[in-house]
Amino acid sequence: MNTNDKTIEKIAKAIIWSAALFVLVILTAIIAYILAKGLPILNWGFLTQIPRNMGRSGGISSTIVGTLMVTAVALVIAIPFGIGTAFYLAEYTKESWATRLMRFSAESLAGIPSIVYGLFGFIFFVISLNMKWSVLSGGLTLSFMILPTIIRTSEEAIRSVPTTYREVSFSLGATKWQTISKAVFPSALRGITNGVILSIGRCIAETAAVILTAGTALKMPTSIFSPTRTMAVHFYILAREGISMENAYGTAALLIILIFLINVVANAAVNRLMEKGR
Amino acid sequence: MNKDTISKMVFFILALSSISALALITGFIFIQGLPLFFKVGFANIVFGTKWAPSQGSFGIFPMIVGSVCVTLGATLLGVPIGVCCSIFLVEYCPASLSNLFRPAIQLLAGIPSVVYGFWGLLFIVPFIRNNLGGPGLSMLAGSMILGIMILPTIISISEVSLKDLPRQYKEGALALGMTHWQAIYSVLLPAARSGITAAIVLGIGRAIGETMAVIMVLGNAVALPESILDPIRTLTTNIGIEMGYATGDHQQALFATGIVLFVIIMILNSFAQYIARRK
Repeated sequence: MNTNDKTIEKIAKAIIWSAALFVLVILTAIIAYILAKGLPILNWGFLTQIPRNMGRSGGISSTIVGTLMVTAVALVIAIPFGIGTAFYLAEYTKESWATRLMRFSAESLAGIPSIVYGLFGFIFFVISLNMKWSVLSGGLTLSFMILPTIIRTSEEAIRSVPTTYREVSFSLGATKWQTISKAVFPSALRGITNGVILSIGRCIAETAAVILTAGTALKMPTSIFSPTRTMAVHFYILAREGISMENAYGTAALLIILIFLINVVANAAVNRLMEKGR
Repeated sequence: MNKDTISKMVFFILALSSISALALITGFIFIQGLPLFFKVGFANIVFGTKWAPSQGSFGIFPMIVGSVCVTLGATLLGVPIGVCCSIFLVEYCPASLSNLFRPAIQLLAGIPSVVYGFWGLLFIVPFIRNNLGGPGLSMLAGSMILGIMILPTIISISEVSLKDLPRQYKEGALALGMTHWQAIYSVLLPAARSGITAAIVLGIGRAIGETMAVIMVLGNAVALPESILDPIRTLTTNIGIEMGYATGDHQQALFATGIVLFVIIMILNSFAQYIARRK
């Protein structure tokens, strides 16, 4: 190793460390600010009361319920279809123009802006299918939106499982289904879960696609046919129209806490499953 | 029927439904938006610089320029930092720090875009206005916010593809006398190329598709920008601002805007896949 190599090594290391530190600093700046402003607002009343006076007073309970319902509908639909499609593409087909077309369309649609899904959902579900502004319209629109992401990340995870796993499983006499469910799936689970976590985050955080499909109603939703306002939409309306900065910060702080909790739960589930698999 | 046959059929049906759903969206957007291209003329929409839907002018060229510029800026900021950060996580990060870092990246991915937009409005916009001039609401503000927002996508997907490489790659490179950085640069990064390309494409997709965050910081003026400090409107914000009340031709013009977004993303994707295959 000559001096030149050592210098390059040091420079590379310095650049990589500073990039990482930059990300940490930015993250801290955003989160700390929102939490500092929002945490003092959060209390039991804020979480359990219906918004009153356009959100100026009262709490945000109906937007919490609305967010959870819309996200649940989206996940129930998108997870089985997304992961199933990924397994079909990765394990059951030979490379052909058809699989390439499928992969290309999934990949391209992953990049289609959420606002376009919103436009589609608004005209298709809300107006054409007459589902009106509802949890169902919003959830269906979001499930279409996260489907390509789940397919893409799951397929990538399944493909990165070493071929030797399958070969060993087959050589032990396992069937295709046994190989997939016992050898491939557990090894791909971390990557798949990563994709699903990103998708849950996108659902809860989404504003553009739900504002015109789920609506902006502040009443407590009673079924999947009720119109509702999600927390992210609530935050957007409060902040942009300057209705109540305190309640906007409170809503944003709760969103951040909620997403943090989802991540913790998901990571714990993955770790437990991986231990079981050993 | 045995489990193998059943499972294969189930997977096939799931795949077919997913692809049909995705085809439905594509078909729907084109059916809604294409008629206006024939009615008004392709060039008048894509290269027209006047957007006045009530007077029958549907030129979206300023929005196309806006989207491309903002996304380019975000990519220039986000990709190097993101890829460096994923290398950091896989190769340099001490175990104690990685337990803090990974959840932090996940959290960054989950924060609603409206929160980024609001934060940008409170800090980045005034900073630009006071130090660099202009109204603050600008292309630069949008690029900075988007550059931050695409980091988690780029970092998490690049990281997975770097980490899933066989250990022998790195061990072999080090055994041949390479330095750590040489092993990363000439062995690990090329081997993880397809994953990193996917990460960048998804990151660019997120940047070009973001609406709510940039509505808050771009200023949304329909005009060709002369500097990065000028307010601009992107294709997405055009749809976001006007879709609530648009009807008739105006509504079709928003679908036409959607088609243009769609085509830009198709071109990007084809390009990325070409690069991934060429090397």
